[in-house]
Amino acid sequence: MDHTQQLFEQMFGAEWGTTVYIVAKNLFYIFAIVVPLLLAVAYLTFAERKIIAYMQIRVGPNRVTFFGIPWLRGWGQPIADAVKAIMKEIIIPTGANKFLFLLAPILTIAPALAAWAVVPFSPELVLADINAGLLYILAMTSLGVYGVIIAGWASNSKYAFLGSMRSAAQVVSYELAMGFALVCVLMMSESLNLGDIVKGQQGDSLLNWYLIPLFPMFLVYFISGVAETNRAPFDVAEGESEIVAGFHVDYSGMAFTVFFLAEYANMILVATLTSIMFLGGWLPPVNIAPFTLIPGVVWLLLKIAFMLFFFLWFRATFPRYRYDQIMRLGWKIFIPITLVWIVLLGALMQLPESIKALFPLNLWFN
Amino acid sequence: MNFQDFIFYFFSGVLVLSALGVITLRNPVYAALLLVLAFFTSAGIWLLLEAEFLAITLVLVYVGAVMVLFLFVVMMLDINLERLREGFWKWFPFGALLALVLAIEIGMVLMGRQFNLDNMPIPQPHEAGYSNTKELGRLIYTEYVYAFELAAVILLVAMVAAIALTLRYRTDKKSPNPSKQIAVKRDDRIRMISMSSENEE
Repeated sequence: MDHTQQLFEQMFGAEWGTTVYIVAKNLFYIFAIVVPLLLAVAYLTFAERKIIAYMQIRVGPNRVTFFGIPWLRGWGQPIADAVKAIMKEIIIPTGANKFLFLLAPILTIAPALAAWAVVPFSPELVLADINAGLLYILAMTSLGVYGVIIAGWASNSKYAFLGSMRSAAQVVSYELAMGFALVCVLMMSESLNLGDIVKGQQGDSLLNWYLIPLFPMFLVYFISGVAETNRAPFDVAEGESEIVAGFHVDYSGMAFTVFFLAEYANMILVATLTSIMFLGGWLPPVNIAPFTLIPGVVWLLLKIAFMLFFFLWFRATFPRYRYDQIMRLGWKIFIPITLVWIVLLGALMQLPESIKALFPLNLWFN
Repeated sequence: MNFQDFIFYFFSGVLVLSALGVITLRNPVYAALLLVLAFFTSAGIWLLLEAEFLAITLVLVYVGAVMVLFLFVVMMLDINLERLREGFWKWFPFGALLALVLAIEIGMVLMGRQFNLDNMPIPQPHEAGYSNTKELGRLIYTEYVYAFELAAVILLVAMVAAIALTLRYRTDKKSPNPSKQIAVKRDDRIRMISMSSENEE
């Protein structure tokens, strides 16, 4: 029992002191995760605009700066955007259902933030070290679709409703492939705890990461993640050329911004989960002196940034999929691949010990 | 009352109110959304019972997939409340009978002493490392494997039947066949002809 806890017990009595202490401590940790996350979201939008601009041989945002410092040109852009969004009026359409219309953005961002509770940043640094972490993540990411459906219905607009229905069908389809890819990960690690999944990838080098034995699952998971977050090339939910802007066509001001934030928060979440489950989380790529000296959190952040770059790269590169092509990819290609890989992995795990001790297999199945 | 009791009563209150809302509200979309809330809060109560696997699966399957499709249908349909109410008195005796059976069952649980339910031991809280998911998996794939496989086969048959009922090949509609599109070769589409120029220059 430390000092702070004693202080709380003096203030609230012995019975409630511990409870209040635990609640206050967790609230502090939540702030410590969510505030940097939202800052990261703001600067991810900036990074996206800059990176796509350079890919298209433009300059991107280069005006707004802090205190007139010339070499910070452009870095004030996310802050300026946020101020603008807060100042704008939230227009509620006449025929809209006001309560659900305002509830929808909250329902979109809440699961995107709640999923971070079980993410391990280093062996000790995790808010909730629960046994069923992987299941919790799956459950939380599957809730995000409600915001989209409710937004589409509450707007009382045909464009918004079409967008939300496209999105709902797409998210439900890709969740299956995603779930099966995660089944492979949990077969390898024999644990649902995200911390244990990273520990299962520990070894001499990056050859031990699940990226190599589960390479097809890595691709399936990441591409399904792109589809789940409704990002290009799977962004038919927005589809500006057909249905204006999809489910958030009637949203303005901060209500729209919350949808926007949720999309980017989900991108960071998918990138983080990919790094944890396939790229060894906080583990360094090679277990030798200069790499092991760098703290694990830095490695995790580097891997997240690397995966996020793919999101932006995809958006700058690929044209939007046609809707039937999206469904075909999810149901007829990804799900069969994952099913085959589960059986294959099960067979590999049941090999006799003498074969499992041979070179490449001993890295993963021991 | 400690904190856990407080959480329990809060969740139960929300659960009862939302379940009441599901059957009393006139707007079917509201009713479906409240059903989502009811599922979510009952998952919370299961978490208090240390049944984390079942709780999260409830959220994952019912809230994350089943109710999404349900909402989908409810939002798309133009539901006429008058037609829904048509058969109310015709089916009332049947519904009342079901309600009676439910009430008797609840009563049997609540008055467990009369039925010697004391013989059932109170479940003991487990130590920190206990994984309910692992235990459940072990039981399903060893002791109850036949029942589990049977349930899986029944679900598969239902799935195949549903697809077979809705699958029809339409001939009046043009749709691309991706495998044909991919299999196309250069020679299928263009024909190279060598001929001399027709202009006299």
